[in-house]
Amino acid sequence: MTPSPAAQSLFDKVWASHVVTPESASNPAVLYIDLHLIHEVTSPQAFTELEQRGLPVRRPDRTLATIDHSTPTLINADGTRPFVTAQAERQVEQLIANATTHDIPLHGWDSPSRGIVHVMGPELGAVQPGMTIVCGDSHTATHGAFGCLAFGIGTTQVGHVLATQCLLMRKPKSMAIHVNGDLGTGVTPKDVILHIIAQIGVGGGTGHTIEYRGNVFEEMSMEGRMTVCNMSIEAGARAGMIAPDQTTFDWLRDRPMLPDTDYDQLCETWRNLRSDPNCTYDREVIIDAADIRPMLTYGTHPGHGVAIDALIPAPKDASDQKSLDYMQVQAGASMQGLHVDRVFIGSCTNSRIEDMREAARILSQGRVPDTVTAIVVPGSEAVKLQAEAEGLHDLITASGAEWREPGCSMCIAMNGDLAAPGELVVSTSNRNFAGRQGPGARTVLASPAMAAAAAISGKIVDVRNFA
Amino acid sequence: MTPLTTLTSRTITLPEPNIDTDQIMPARFLTMTTRDGLGKHAFHDWRYDADGQETDHFLNSDEAKSRSVIVGGHNFGCGSSREHAPWGLADYGIRVVISSEIADIFRTNALKNGVLPIVIDPRAHQWLLDHPGEEVTVDLESRELRIGGNGGTWAFDVDDFSRHCLMQGVDEMGYLASNAEAIAKFEARRGRP
Repeated sequence: MTPSPAAQSLFDKVWASHVVTPESASNPAVLYIDLHLIHEVTSPQAFTELEQRGLPVRRPDRTLATIDHSTPTLINADGTRPFVTAQAERQVEQLIANATTHDIPLHGWDSPSRGIVHVMGPELGAVQPGMTIVCGDSHTATHGAFGCLAFGIGTTQVGHVLATQCLLMRKPKSMAIHVNGDLGTGVTPKDVILHIIAQIGVGGGTGHTIEYRGNVFEEMSMEGRMTVCNMSIEAGARAGMIAPDQTTFDWLRDRPMLPDTDYDQLCETWRNLRSDPNCTYDREVIIDAADIRPMLTYGTHPGHGVAIDALIPAPKDASDQKSLDYMQVQAGASMQGLHVDRVFIGSCTNSRIEDMREAARILSQGRVPDTVTAIVVPGSEAVKLQAEAEGLHDLITASGAEWREPGCSMCIAMNGDLAAPGELVVSTSNRNFAGRQGPGARTVLASPAMAAAAAISGKIVDVRNFA
Repeated sequence: MTPLTTLTSRTITLPEPNIDTDQIMPARFLTMTTRDGLGKHAFHDWRYDADGQETDHFLNSDEAKSRSVIVGGHNFGCGSSREHAPWGLADYGIRVVISSEIADIFRTNALKNGVLPIVIDPRAHQWLLDHPGEEVTVDLESRELRIGGNGGTWAFDVDDFSRHCLMQGVDEMGYLASNAEAIAKFEARRGRP
């Protein structure tokens, strides 16, 4: 390894301040983890492992649990929840039991804060600038929006963090993605990240931590920054980061889990969490904001993105052709006009209050035809409450879309919310892999506004045709 | 974990690029709370049709089930962090995955489960894709992949620590736990919480 240069990037700073034991030729670094988020799907086997080894959870106070993936988004008339299988219900019960046994703070059914883990964590203020954050979930990169080094881990590593509050890891390479200029009409943070992934490819960030830089991110809301960082993994990067600034500090102020110290003083220390001038990255990508238009995907991975007014590109290889065949679309054709069966507005990518406002704004301009099933799933109980206080749910249901209970829902489609074979889903989630939303289902990723426009049009349309 | 030192097997070739973990282990099989028996669900939607009947995919053949090396297309294992993917592969009988690029989280998870991810020179990768089912020998001691049929011998990278764990069949928890004193000092230096 070369000696670290004097000028450090944001990533360098957060990494360096969490190294317990430095890496060497023979061993990876021991990296301290400030916050460990857990949910029902990727933690049960880790708790079993701990119990078999007789190990306690080292820092339950640095662990935060919720239930989101396997949870139903409907409630029965009698108040019970329609789990997709008994096994799904057992998985949720197991998480609740594990959290209780190990004194881990849990936001379960009775909590007004329960939600998708990556929506709930920031809302509680558990996520704070400069932290290292992990979760058995690849969209943990979301929290990079706060200047955290946050990334997904597997279940074995969940066990490591539960037992030691540390991970073994070699430092990834760094990449800066600069987006400067003015965004055009109808271009949202989702379009920015879909454009980036289309440019660098689904494996373009593999082995790297991305830092998003430029006026486009500086001017973006926290919700928007979370949408961008969330999808870093869709370009192969485990983590994506944005330097915290006044927008961050204002958003976090008064959140319940902030430390009991002078907040303004805390913000002053957080202001140092920026890349030094002249710091270097292993790779830099420069994108002109003016080139970004409302985006959607046409294929079976998130790198298959195309602007709404562009034509589906020619396949580069047999695999691309297979994607087009699966999606039943043709190179050289437009995505506009494609018949839509379902619309899903939600997920850790796009289920925050701004997303709900965007969805309601467009949905209120029309009515969902009988040929379309549209569901809007808020990311947390807090988002649901806020949306209802603003009357958004009335606009949403008046359009004919359904207003559901918080959860991951159709993003991972393991709770029973899924599409039938062959159905076309316009989805605000993060993955359009074959079968992701149900075997044979065809997923088109888009922003909440584009998805809402598709819902009331019964087909894919250009969101810029709406007010 | 069963130690891995050298291994000789014909390859299972899955040439498509970007094989994501939803293909390897569809999400509806993630509700289990143990890690056993996932092999039957590995590549489920490739191996079974909508009625649950086996397709004619090679992965369903006895021949495939006797092999322990997958050669996958570029960027193998992208997507979700689900460790159920390598659990499923290991339970199916896979010990080695070879590609020109392997996604980070899958790579990390595989190593934790006695499955060696090998990122190989693109020329060797192409050769393997062009010669499906060729016999290969993986030699972890010398970090070499020897391909039959004159495919040549190729060096691959695997860090010392992972190699040690794989060859000894030990997991990483022991080493991490041996850092307990350093971890406690780190916490004390920063002040709790």
